[in-house]
Amino acid sequence: MNFEYSDEQRLLSETLRKFLNTGYGFDARAKITATPAGFSEDVWAALAEMGILGVPFDEKFGGFGGTTVDMMVVMEALGEALVVEPYLATVGLGGRFVARGGAAPQQARILPALIAGKTKMAFAQTEPEARYDLARVATRATPSGDGWVLEGDKRAVLHGGCADLLVVSARTAGGDGDARGISLFLVERGAAGLAIDDARTLDNLRVADVRLSGVRVGRDALLGAEGGGLPLIEEVVDYATALVCAEAVGAIKYAHDATLDYLKTRRQFGVPIGSFQALQHRMVDVLIAYEQARSIATLACVKVDTADAAERRRVVSAAKVKIADAARHVSQEAVQLHGGMGMTEELKISHTFRRLTTIAQAFGDADHHLARFAAARASA
Amino acid sequence: MDLNYSPEETAFRDEVRAWIGANLAADVRDKVLNYRELSKDDLLGWHKKLATKGWVAPGWPKEWGGTDWTVVQRYIFEEECGAAGCPPIVPFGVRMCAPVLLRFGTDAQKQRFLPRMYNGEDFWVQGYSEPGAGSDLASLKTRAVRDGDHYVVTGQKIWTTLGHYGDWIFCLVRTDPKTEKRQDGISFLLIDMTTPGITVRPIVLLDQSREVNEVFFDEVRVPAENLVHEENKGWTVAKFLLGYERMGTGNIAVSKRELARVKELAARAGLLDDPRFADRLTRVEVELMALEITNLRFLDQLRGGRPPGAEVSLLKIKGTEIQQALTELMLQTAGPLAQAFRPLEARAGFDAFTASLMPRYCNVRKATIYAGSNEIQRNIIAKATLGL
Ligand SMILES: Cc1cc2nc3c(=O)[nH]c(=O)nc-3n(C[C@H](O)[C@H](O)[C@H](O)COP(=O)(O)OP(=O)(O)OC[C@H]3O[C@@H](n4cnc5c(N)ncnc54)[C@H](O)[C@@H]3O)c2cc1C
Repeated sequence: MNFEYSDEQRLLSETLRKFLNTGYGFDARAKITATPAGFSEDVWAALAEMGILGVPFDEKFGGFGGTTVDMMVVMEALGEALVVEPYLATVGLGGRFVARGGAAPQQARILPALIAGKTKMAFAQTEPEARYDLARVATRATPSGDGWVLEGDKRAVLHGGCADLLVVSARTAGGDGDARGISLFLVERGAAGLAIDDARTLDNLRVADVRLSGVRVGRDALLGAEGGGLPLIEEVVDYATALVCAEAVGAIKYAHDATLDYLKTRRQFGVPIGSFQALQHRMVDVLIAYEQARSIATLACVKVDTADAAERRRVVSAAKVKIADAARHVSQEAVQLHGGMGMTEELKISHTFRRLTTIAQAFGDADHHLARFAAARASA
Repeated sequence: MDLNYSPEETAFRDEVRAWIGANLAADVRDKVLNYRELSKDDLLGWHKKLATKGWVAPGWPKEWGGTDWTVVQRYIFEEECGAAGCPPIVPFGVRMCAPVLLRFGTDAQKQRFLPRMYNGEDFWVQGYSEPGAGSDLASLKTRAVRDGDHYVVTGQKIWTTLGHYGDWIFCLVRTDPKTEKRQDGISFLLIDMTTPGITVRPIVLLDQSREVNEVFFDEVRVPAENLVHEENKGWTVAKFLLGYERMGTGNIAVSKRELARVKELAARAGLLDDPRFADRLTRVEVELMALEITNLRFLDQLRGGRPPGAEVSLLKIKGTEIQQALTELMLQTAGPLAQAFRPLEARAGFDAFTASLMPRYCNVRKATIYAGSNEIQRNIIAKATLGL
C-alpha cells in the first residue's frame, strides 16, 4: 500500500497550482464570472495547453493516459481555486462517455478536438421529475429514416449552454423508469429543434434547460449499444461523482485553511477568537471532517478504475455520503466562525460555501447515496 | 395546567384571522411566501395598516398604543401573522428602540419619537456593530465628541440591516475613550440619517441580496437632546435592548409556516415516503413543537413586565437552528433543480420559486450570527443561568 502521489502526479499538481495561483486568484475569477459567457476561453486554452484537458484520455488521441487518481490531483486544485470553466462537464462527463462508450470513429473525431480545447461537451440527462434516478428517462428517440428523432425535456444540464456537443439520453424502448431501453445520442449545438436556455447558478456556474423538439440525428450519433445505455450512464456518473468528491476535498481544504487563519487573526475581547475553547473544538471537528473526506474521496478515485460495477457503486455512494455531509458541515462552520464576514460576497469563503452547497447535492444527495449504498449491500 | 384555547381566545383568533384576510395585500403576501425582496413601502405599508388597527405594538404600555393582550393573545397574533404570510414588523423601531425610550427616555423624547414610530412614519435601523466590535460590542470605537449643544460623531458601523431604507439610526457611540472599563464611556444616540456626513454603502451577501450596509459617519452633528439616558451610561441601555432583540429572533410562527411548506414540497417530490428524509423532517417538527411550548412558558414568566433575561438566549439558539434546518430540508426537496439561480435571458417558464431555495438556505445562515451569535448566547447561559 502506498498513499503517496507519484512524481508525475506531483508535477501535474504543481504546474496546475502555479497557473491557478498566478492567473486565477479571487479577483481574476470575479472578472471571469462577470462576463456574459461566465468562463474564460483563455483559461480554457491554457488548460488545453498544459495538457489538463487530456489527463484521462488515451495517448493515441493526444491525452496523458492518466488514472482517476491523476484526475483527483486536478479536481482538488480546481476545487480549491473554485474554477468555473466547464471541466467536469467536458472531461468528466462528455469526454468520458466517448472514451468508454464511443465507437472508434467517434473517438477519433471527438477526443483530439476535446483535448485541444476546441470541443466542449455536456451531458443532458436530468428530467423535470427524475430527481437523481438515472433510469427516469422519458425523452423519446423514434426511428426515422436512417436515424432517430429526439423529443423531450432536460433540466439542469451542467454547462449545456456552452457545449458544442451534447450527450443526450433518450428512450428507444420501454417506459419512464425502465432500466432497459435507454440509448445515448450525440447532438451538436445548433441542431434544428434544439433549444437551450442558460441560467447562472449561485456558485457561478451555468446550467441549461435543454428542449428537444423533433431533433433529427443520424446513425452515427448513437453512442454505445441501442437500448443498453443505462450501465454506461451509471458508470460515467459514478466516475463524475468520484471527481466531484475530489473537487470537494479541494474546496473543503480551502475552507479549513481560511477558517483556521481567521481564528488566529480575528481578535475579539482582546484575544484571537481561536483562543476560545468552544471554537477550538469546532475547528478540530472541521479538520476531522476534512481528513475523512480526503480518505473517502481517495478510495472512490482508486476504485472507479479497478472495481467491478457492484463494488464501484458501493464505494462511490459511500464517498458521496461522506462528502455531502462534510461539504455541509465544513461550509456551515466556515461561515459561522467567520461571523458576519462569512456572509459577504467579498470573501472567497462565501463562494466556497456556495460551491460546497451545490456539490452536496450533485449527482445525488446524502440520502440518495445512503439508499443506494444500502441497496448495494443488500444485493451483495 | 390547561394548554387549550378558551372560547374567548378562539374568538380572538378568528377575529385576527379575518382581519388579516381582509387587509393583507395578495402581492405582498406572495412576496413573503416566495422569499422575494420586500420594498420599504411593502414593509411600512403593512406597518401602517396594523397601526391604524391598533395592533402594531402589542407590547407597549396601553397609554402609548399597546393592546394589553394576554400572553396567549400575543402568541395567537404572532401565529396568525406567521401562518398568513404577513411581512415582518421591522423590529428596530417598535420592538427595540421603543422599549428603550419607554424605559430610559425623557418625556420629550417619548412624545417626539414614539407616535411616529407607532405610525411607521420613520424607518428605524440599528447601529451597534463595527468592524472591530461584533461579539465584543463594548470595544466599539465610533466617537461622539460634545461640542456645545451637539455631539460630533465620527466612525463606522457595519452590518446595518436595511440601512439603505433608514430614516433614523440608533447608535452606540464612545463619549469617553479613557475609561478603565470599556463598558463605561459608551452612550446611546438617536441620529437622523439625513444629517450631512453620513454615507451608506451596501454589502452584498452570500445569497447576493442587498440587506445589510456599512454606515460611515464623518463629523456628523447630532443634537445633544438625542442622547438617551445619561452620557457614558449607554451600555446599560445597550444590554436592555439586546434582550428585546433576541426575543424576536425565535420566529416560531414563521417556522411553523415553513414546516408546512417543506411538507408540501416534500410530498410533491415523493420524499415523505423516504424514511431518511421523513426522519429528519420529523425531528425538526418535534423540536419545533417543544420550542413552541418553551416559548409560551417563558413568556408566561415575563407577564409581570420583567425585562427578558438569559432565557431568551435559549429561544434564540433553538429558534434559529430550526429555521436553518428547515431551509436545508427545503433545499433538499428541489434536488438537481435547485441549481438554476438566474436565467441569462428572462423567460416565462423559469421556476423562480425553486430558484429561491438555495439563496434562502444561504441567507438564513445569518440567523445564528446576528443578534449575538449562538456561541455568545451559549456563553451567556453558561454564565448567567448556570453560574459557570
Ligand atoms: C445579516 C446580518 C445582519 C445584521 N444586522 C445588524 C444590524 O442591523 N445592526 C447591527 O448593529 N449589527 C448587525 N449585525 C451584526 C451582528 O450582530 C454581528 O455579526 C455579530 O455580533 C457577530 O459579530 P462579528 O460578525 O464581528 O463576528 P465575531 O465577533 O468576529 O465572531 C466570529 C466568530 O467567533 C465567535 N466568537 C466570538 N467571541 C466568542 C466567544 N467569546 N466565545 C465563543 N465564540 C466566540 C462568534 O460566535 C463567531 O462564530 C448583523 C449581522 C448579519 C450577519
